[in-house]
Formats: sequence, structure tokens, C-alpha cells
Amino acid sequence: MSTIDATHTGPHGHHEGSYLDGPAGFWSRIAQWAVTVDHKKIGVMYLFAVLFMFFLGGVAALAVRLELLDPVRDVVQPDGTSVTTGYILQSIFGATDGVSGNEIYNRAFTLHGAIMVFMFIVPSIPASLGNFFLPIMLGAKDVAFPRLNLLSWYIYVFGSIFGVLSILMGGVDTGWTFYTPYSLTTDADHWRVVLMVLAAFILGFSSILTGMNFIVTVHKLRAPGMGWFDMPLFIWAIYATSIIQVLATPVIGITLLLLIFERIFRIGIFDPAMGGDPVLYQHFFWFYSHPVVYVMILPAMGIISELLAVHCRKHIFGYRAIAFSSLGIAAVSFLVWGHHMFTAMGELAAMLFSALTFLVAIPTAIKVFNWIATLYKGSIALNTPMLYTLAFLFLFSIGGLTGLPLGALATDLHLHDSYFVVAHFHYVMMGGTVIAFVGGIHHWWPKMFGRMYNEKVGMLGCVIVFIGFNVTFFTQFILGTQGMPRRYANYVDEFQLLHQISTVGSWLLLVGFLVHLFNFIHSLLAGPKAPPNPWGGLTLEWETESPPIEHNFHHEPIVKHGPYDFDTVVPPHCDPKDFPLPDKA
Amino acid sequence: MQTTLDAYDTPAPDHIRSHPKHWRNRKAGHHWRTHDEEFDGSKLGMWLFLTTEVLLFAGIFCGYAVFRLLYPEAWANGSHYLDWRFGAANTVVLLISSWTVANAVRCAQLNNQKWLKINLIITLICAALFVFIKLKFEYIPKLADGKAPGTFFNYPMAQDPHEPLWWSLYYVGTGIHALHVLIGATLLGWVLYRSWRYQAYGPTEYTMVENSALYWHLVDLVWIFLFPLLYLIH
Repeated sequence: MSTIDATHTGPHGHHEGSYLDGPAGFWSRIAQWAVTVDHKKIGVMYLFAVLFMFFLGGVAALAVRLELLDPVRDVVQPDGTSVTTGYILQSIFGATDGVSGNEIYNRAFTLHGAIMVFMFIVPSIPASLGNFFLPIMLGAKDVAFPRLNLLSWYIYVFGSIFGVLSILMGGVDTGWTFYTPYSLTTDADHWRVVLMVLAAFILGFSSILTGMNFIVTVHKLRAPGMGWFDMPLFIWAIYATSIIQVLATPVIGITLLLLIFERIFRIGIFDPAMGGDPVLYQHFFWFYSHPVVYVMILPAMGIISELLAVHCRKHIFGYRAIAFSSLGIAAVSFLVWGHHMFTAMGELAAMLFSALTFLVAIPTAIKVFNWIATLYKGSIALNTPMLYTLAFLFLFSIGGLTGLPLGALATDLHLHDSYFVVAHFHYVMMGGTVIAFVGGIHHWWPKMFGRMYNEKVGMLGCVIVFIGFNVTFFTQFILGTQGMPRRYANYVDEFQLLHQISTVGSWLLLVGFLVHLFNFIHSLLAGPKAPPNPWGGLTLEWETESPPIEHNFHHEPIVKHGPYDFDTVVPPHCDPKDFPLPDKA
Repeated sequence: MQTTLDAYDTPAPDHIRSHPKHWRNRKAGHHWRTHDEEFDGSKLGMWLFLTTEVLLFAGIFCGYAVFRLLYPEAWANGSHYLDWRFGAANTVVLLISSWTVANAVRCAQLNNQKWLKINLIITLICAALFVFIKLKFEYIPKLADGKAPGTFFNYPMAQDPHEPLWWSLYYVGTGIHALHVLIGATLLGWVLYRSWRYQAYGPTEYTMVENSALYWHLVDLVWIFLFPLLYLIH
């Protein structure tokens, strides 16, 4: 593999310093970032933007959990008057504008869902870590269409502004799914529903542009010597994700556009009062929104494949099986949308969708088994990325397996629309995607910003997040099987203890993420300088400096070994004494 | 792979010939190995984008099919209100424009700057004609009759209560298509402007001509499906 000489001045005389270097002066730096077409800068801008949205969505989640601390009760006072207690959010925000406590709760969970889905989790990993590392891992200087890449970031910000505007105008109470006919009539004299739907519509363009860009980059910009099966598995995962983004997003585009027309012109296509078909809306909606579930989880699986191999120092088990299972999940994802509407279709269709849903379990299980087999006899380094990887394996397995009773028709009849569903998808979305995302940020933090973080603090944060997560969401499995329906501000007294445990768990989660935030800020301000290859990774991003130079590599890298050949190659920039190769004799 | 044909070495004034935007002076972006790979990449990207467009319209066609099954009477009546001659005229207009835009790509490949511009101009005229026919003979008279979408529908002779839905799908489908006509015309107008000003396209640099033409063919293709579904099937 090509070696890096840090003192080399570029053959074309272009800038060879870190991509973070820039002109002096605050405003010139801002201007430089605002018009940059460098995938690394755009990735970092995306990272901060999605983390900000994660913060907003998290605040809404804390509000939801806070409201559920106490059920709503009419308490009869000694003087005979009756007082309603338990509307916690209402008592915080006041009730001057005639909005009831239930409506405030509906808005809180809608904001949580809409922000987390459309503005955080869909763009999260691909647009931030993907943007930064996909070209570097391929040995390319940039993504195929750098200007489209910047445009996609601006579209993302533009769309998010519409969403935030809608929140500032009072928020939306439809749920993130915008189901008709309720979404056609609620807040009829306000624009905020239209604004929120418009936000999701606009964000779709950003998603499509990112997906297109990555597909072309993978096809056309791989370094010499890098065949399809020499690509890191993170790339395979992002590639499968991009296919889904390109093929599914236009469908939600036209659906949301029709919904906007419904709101503004009353065209009636989804309005049963005019002969329209609200179930058609649900079909359209889930034709996008189920595949998009895999847009959320596939990149996380890619991160896990990287982190496992590097921090176990072992060749990933079943490379091709993991690569193809990513594509398999992408393919099956388009055939299972009906399981969101089992009760709205005939028996035969429901049975078919149920059977197809079980198919998803096969490629998913292949991945999990391969990851566990990779751990076997690996040289496991228990650091923050590895802890997050183990947490992912544990939580994602629970999330995946609890999906099976929801995909089975008989059990789903009992469990659907209950807290069991809420717990299930939070185990996948948060226990899977967010956990892998945070693990990935730790893994690539030294590369992105050139600073090490404090390992002990990172591990402490991981442990708190892991415990907080389970306290928050495992209780919800129990609540669900006992019959607690989702999306209600109120509940019977028997559920109060479990709800309170869950709410305390959400505070633990907050503490865990604050520990990470503190750790990252401390690292940026005072962290020790990161070496080019702190973990001993073999993928191409570890060949270049930390942080990478503006054009990623001094010379175009030539790929001579696979991304996980830990038993035959000493990692770049590493001392062979620290990374002894196994004795071949 | 871009061509190396240069059948018409069109003379250009010095200030154009040396302009960085002239096709002979174009270089690959810094992250591409060769100009040809950049061209292939752009075309792959364009095809992916066209896939998303097809899926966008697929939603409308799917809605059309569902409501046709639910309300066959309203759909039969609906297509009777449309005059197939205007639809056919617009089909011919778009087919001609597809032919001229394909010619424009060929002219760019051959460095035939004069006919590149002429073909683009004919295409743009066709686009304008399409929108004119659509507005003058279809949208405006129909809206005046009360054949409007959804709740705005107040056509007194309606025979089926679900005719408003027919008009909703008609206006959404043809409206989004017309929007694509305008976007495509804007792209081709940009191509025309740049070839006029800089001779920006030639045998080794015609990505923008080819991709705009692909987009224009898609606009045509969507209409080829909309026309029989809306005008011809009773």
C-alpha cells in the first residue's frame, strides 16, 4: 500500500494542509464553510445539523416522558369542587390559548416523531459520517457531484427551517405519519400542518441527492485496485441505503405533495367525505416509510461491521454474506409495507405481507451471526467504540426479535398500536441506529477533528446511555403487553409505576448524552493530538493524516490488500511491535 | 465515452475560442481521473434521477388506477369531457420536440454549432406550444365550465358524484407534468444560452446537452402514458 510522507508538497501545488485550516478571521472562515464543496466539511456541517435536530427531538421526547409521569385524574376536593391533575406539560406552558393538556401532549409526541424521523435519523449516518468517509474509504478525492452535495445540505437546512417554523407557530398534532383524514381537518385555519408536510417534502430532495451522489461515487470513483469486494462493509451498507433512498423517496414526495394539495385545494383524493381513499394514503406513505426504516438501520449495520473488525483486530467473518445481506435487506424492504396496515386489507394480502415480513429476519440474522462469529477469538479492545458495538448487538437483537411477534398476524392483533410497538422500534432505531451512530462518532472522532477524546469518560457515558436506554424502553415492552396503547396522555393507575421508571430512564439517557457532549467539547478544546491511525485500522481513511488533508491523500492510493486483512498486514503508521502478525509457521 | 468526432470545425471568434467555457477548454473536475469518467458519472447520476421521476409519476398513475377501479362511471365520464384532438396535437408536438432534442445532442457530438442551436430553438418552441395548447384549449375553458378539482368543482351537468376526483387527478397529473415541461424548457434554454454565448458544447463536452435531452425525453415519455389514460380510454 502506498505510504504517506507528511512532508511531501503536492504535485499540483494545491493546498496540502488539514481540511480544517482556513483563512484567518471568523467571518472569512464562515464564508469558506458556507460555499465549500469539500465532502469532509459538508459531512461535518451535516453532523452538527443532525445533532442539533437530535437535541430538539430529544427535548420533545423528554417532554413526552414528563407528561406520562402522572396520569390525568379528576380529584374531588374536600369542598366538593373537582380539580383535574396530571397535565404536567400544560401546567408548565400554561393554558391561555385554549389548548387542552391532551392536545399539548399530541403535539409533543408529533414533534418528537417528525423531527427524529425526517430531520435526524434519515440523514444522520449517511449524510454525516457517510459524506465524510465514503469518498476517503474509496480512495477518492471527493464525492461524484460535490456541488450537488452542498446543495443537498442547504435543502436540508431549508426544509428543517420549515419544520421549526411550524413548531414555533404552535406545532402539529397529527403524529409523524400525517394520517388522513385527520391531517386534512386538524388546525384547518392554520398553515402549520402544511408547513410541516412541506418540510418533509423538501427534506426528501436532500435525501435523494445524497443517495444519487453516493451511488455514482461508489460506481465510478473507487481507487485503482479496489474491486467491489475490496470495499469496506460500511460502503456496502451506504450503497444499499442509497438505493433505497433513490427508489423510495419520490413516492413519499408525490404523497406529501398530494397531501399539501388536499389541505390547500381540497382535491379529495385522500378524503373519504369526497369519495377519496385514506387507506391509499397509508399504502403510499408506508411504501416509502417502511423502506426508510432500513435507510435508518443499514448504515448503522455498516458502522458496526467496521468497528467490530477494527477493535477485535480480526478479519470480519463472512464478508460477502454481510455485503449481500445489505442488498437483500434493501430488496425485501420494498415488499413489506403492508404490515403497517394488517387490519386495513384482506386476509390473503395480510398473510402475504406477514410472510414477506419474516423474510427480513433472514439477512438481518445473517449479519448478527457473522458479527458474533467475528468476536470469537478476536483480540477485543474494550474501548468506547467497542462498548457501543456490544451494546448495539445486544439491543438490536432485542429490537429485531421483538419485531417477529409484530409481523405475525395473530400476535400483532393484540400488540399493534401498543407500547410494545413503541419499545420495539425504539430498540431498533435508538438501540440500533443511535447507538451505532454514537459509537461511530467515537471511532472516527480522532480522524475527523484530529483530537483524541477521553476514553474513560466515553465509556462512562456509554454505560449510562446503555442503562438509561434499557430502563426507558424495556419497561415499555411490559406496558405494551399489558395493554397500554401508544399516543395517549392518560392511563390507568396500574401502569403508573412502569411509566415512572421509564421516565426516570429518559433522564438517565439525558445524563449519558451530556457526558458525551462534555467529552467531545473537552476533546476539541484540550484533547491530545490524534495520531493518523489510533486504532490500527486498515481501511483507507487511516492512511491519511488526522485530520485529513484537503484532497484526502497526497497521492492516489493503490489498494493492495483487503479492508480487514489484519492477519497479514501491519496497519499504516503503526509499529509492527504493537501489531504483531500471527506466526505463519 | 464521449466522442472524438469533429465533423464541423466551426470557426469561432477568438474571444470565444479562448474562453474557459468553450468546449475545447473544458477540463475534468479535480476529483475525476479523466473527462470521460466524469461524463459517465454524470450520465449515471442523471439516469438515477430519472428513476426518481418515474417513481414520482408512478404515484399518480397508481392513484389513477385505484380510482378507476373504485369509480369506473366517473372515470368514463371524465375522459368524455376531454377532446382527444388537443391531446393528440400535444403528443405530436412533444414527439417532434423529442426528435429535435435528440438531433441537438448529435449536433453537439459533431460540433455542428449552427444546427445545435436551431434544434434547441425548435424544441423550445414546441415546449411553448405545448403549454399554450394546454392552457388555451384545456385548462382555461374547463375551469370556466366549473370542471375544477375537488371542492372547486361546480359543473352543473355532472352525472356522477365522483367526477370531482377525476378532475383532481387530471389537474394534478397534467399539472405536475406541465411543471416538468417548464423545468425541462428552462434547462434547454440554459443550454441554448451557453452554446450561443461560449459555444460551450462540442464533441468532448456535451454532458449538459445529453442530460437535459434525457430529461426532456422523460417529459415526453410521461405524456405518452398520460395521453391514452386520460383521453383515449373510456
